[in-house]
Amino acid sequence: MALLLQYTLIYASVLMLVALGGCFSEHSGVINLGLEGTMVMGALGGALVMRNMPNLPGLAMLLMVVLGSVVFGLVYSLLLAVAAISFKADQTLVGTGMNLLGTAAATVFVKAINMRANRNNPSSAIVYIEQKKAFSLLKIGKFEISWFMLLAVLILIASYIVLYKTRFGLRLMACGEHPQAADSVGINVYKMRYAGVLISGALGGLGGIVYITAGVSEWKFENGVAGFGFLALAVMIFGQWKPQLIALTGLLFGLFRALSNVYTGFDFLTALHLPSTVYNMLPYIISLVVLAIFSRNSRAPKAEGIPYDKGQR
Amino acid sequence: MNTKEKKSLFEKPGVQSVAASLICILLGLLVGYIVLLFINPEGAGRAMASILKNFLYFPRPAVALEYLGSTLVKTAPLLMCTLSILFAYKVGLFNIGASGQYAVGAGMALYMALGFHMPWYVCMIAAMIGGGILGGLAGALKAYLNVNEVIAGIMLNWISLYCMNMLLTNVKESSTTYTMALRTNAPKALIPSLGLNHLFSENKYVTIAIPLAVIISIVVWVVMEKTKLGFELKATGLNKNAAKYAGMKEKRNMILTMVIAGCLAGLGASFLYLSGIEQWSCAQTSVPAMGFNGIAAAFLGGLSPIGSIFAAFFTQHITSGGSYVDKMVYCSQISDLISAIIIYFCSFTLFIKFCLGRIGKKGGNK
Repeated sequence: MALLLQYTLIYASVLMLVALGGCFSEHSGVINLGLEGTMVMGALGGALVMRNMPNLPGLAMLLMVVLGSVVFGLVYSLLLAVAAISFKADQTLVGTGMNLLGTAAATVFVKAINMRANRNNPSSAIVYIEQKKAFSLLKIGKFEISWFMLLAVLILIASYIVLYKTRFGLRLMACGEHPQAADSVGINVYKMRYAGVLISGALGGLGGIVYITAGVSEWKFENGVAGFGFLALAVMIFGQWKPQLIALTGLLFGLFRALSNVYTGFDFLTALHLPSTVYNMLPYIISLVVLAIFSRNSRAPKAEGIPYDKGQR
Repeated sequence: MNTKEKKSLFEKPGVQSVAASLICILLGLLVGYIVLLFINPEGAGRAMASILKNFLYFPRPAVALEYLGSTLVKTAPLLMCTLSILFAYKVGLFNIGASGQYAVGAGMALYMALGFHMPWYVCMIAAMIGGGILGGLAGALKAYLNVNEVIAGIMLNWISLYCMNMLLTNVKESSTTYTMALRTNAPKALIPSLGLNHLFSENKYVTIAIPLAVIISIVVWVVMEKTKLGFELKATGLNKNAAKYAGMKEKRNMILTMVIAGCLAGLGASFLYLSGIEQWSCAQTSVPAMGFNGIAAAFLGGLSPIGSIFAAFFTQHITSGGSYVDKMVYCSQISDLISAIIIYFCSFTLFIKFCLGRIGKKGGNK
């Protein structure tokens, strides 16, 4: 039970972080479908820190890993920002390109450094058994609280305050609802959208490193993040683009994702004799059902996905 | 006179599309080359050459011809996925679910072949129906429940991958994770070759699927450009509300589009797996790449069914070529990287066309 709670919380943190990222981007008016790729890149950034600086003391390790993943995510999301905001490109296509690029680039890169270290090791995995221990904040019996959970909660609160209580947040949301109106009162829509996308990149990158360190001690970059970026988008839609609801839905989805890790620990679940594949599918099925129910009256930002053109009425 | 011709050359939409695609390819290759240089400067040129040469890697013409055959065998399913994406895109839907539809197609075809020992055409139809149903599901979710088709598509991709792995575990070899070989277990299910294999140095995987794929792309072109259905679908894509106002059933059109797109992707899978060139691995943990490569090919082909034929060949050409790079220095995923970069740059097509148009105008003014 403790294990289920722990996995639920950690996966919920991932989903929350990435969904909040998506939330910032969409509130500024840009659909960030490239979150999946951004997560991979962020994960790569953090993993590289762990690989190259294995001897950092606990807290410094945590900070450097967070920094590494945030910077990678941020820089990677520039690809979306430049294409979608400055060049008015099709946001769906850019996002798809970024997702494929993220996994492919990370695989090529990790394989290259692995092969440079040892010619006979063409694997795409980075191992971080020892380094991972720095992320543990507190242990109560089997139940382990990770720094990342705390971080996710702090970011959640910060996001709520930034979006609803600051001038920046309110202006950001105006750009996603009616950019022409925002522009007419002197808000620079392009700048705001850049800010939204870059924040989403930073949060997506952070989510990536939390995801790959959640249950395992090594990550094969060939696998990407298995659709988690899209699950986060489903969480965001289910959460009606509001941070407080995103937190709740994140917990719900996190629970279903955690089940596939720990279902063998529950007698009544093993008694059902369902193949493990069913548990693997569960988060995707649930999110599809949830989307089907909640998309109809969606409260999406009105101008999301539409490139801003100053000359347009 | 001469200047006038020059002006019209760059302003022609066809020329612009081709030029834009070529620019995307060049940029993709250039960035790929830079990445290779970054990894290991010495072998970069050679590796790039092997990716671009693909089957020409083999000096003997007979062997090269055989491997050209293999590339074509894989081009046929890619072309189908390309058509699937392009068809949906014309109606304003982004069919990222092509991979899932492809997976279901593969599952249906192989299960029909190995489980029920059906002949090849039945397997193909089953694959089409499977893909079509999945596509229709995504379409219905979009039309009636306003679910973003990209997110729904991704979810369906994973669901169908896991389902197919479960289904095909029933017909897999006992010692490996792969499905049983068609050639020994269900020879009836192999697509006939009708002598085409003789053209490619007896490459036994070359079947009528290849010409069939080309014929289907022509059919898709005719449907899109010359029929009432195509007109209605495109009108729905341009403006859903206007189409509805003009008396078209916009919801039915959306679902129909996705059904057709799904059929195309599913059929594509049967083209590959019923040729016997590959076996499905039931332990597969990633969604088939064919559907994603199809996105690259669809946009490279300028969203035209005829252009797709060449774009699909090129995409498969570099994907296959990736397996010839020096494995001691680079990995074969480098070609995935290049096609991903190409997709990314394809989103700039509009901008590139805009620039080309301006160049054309400037040339004309002189």
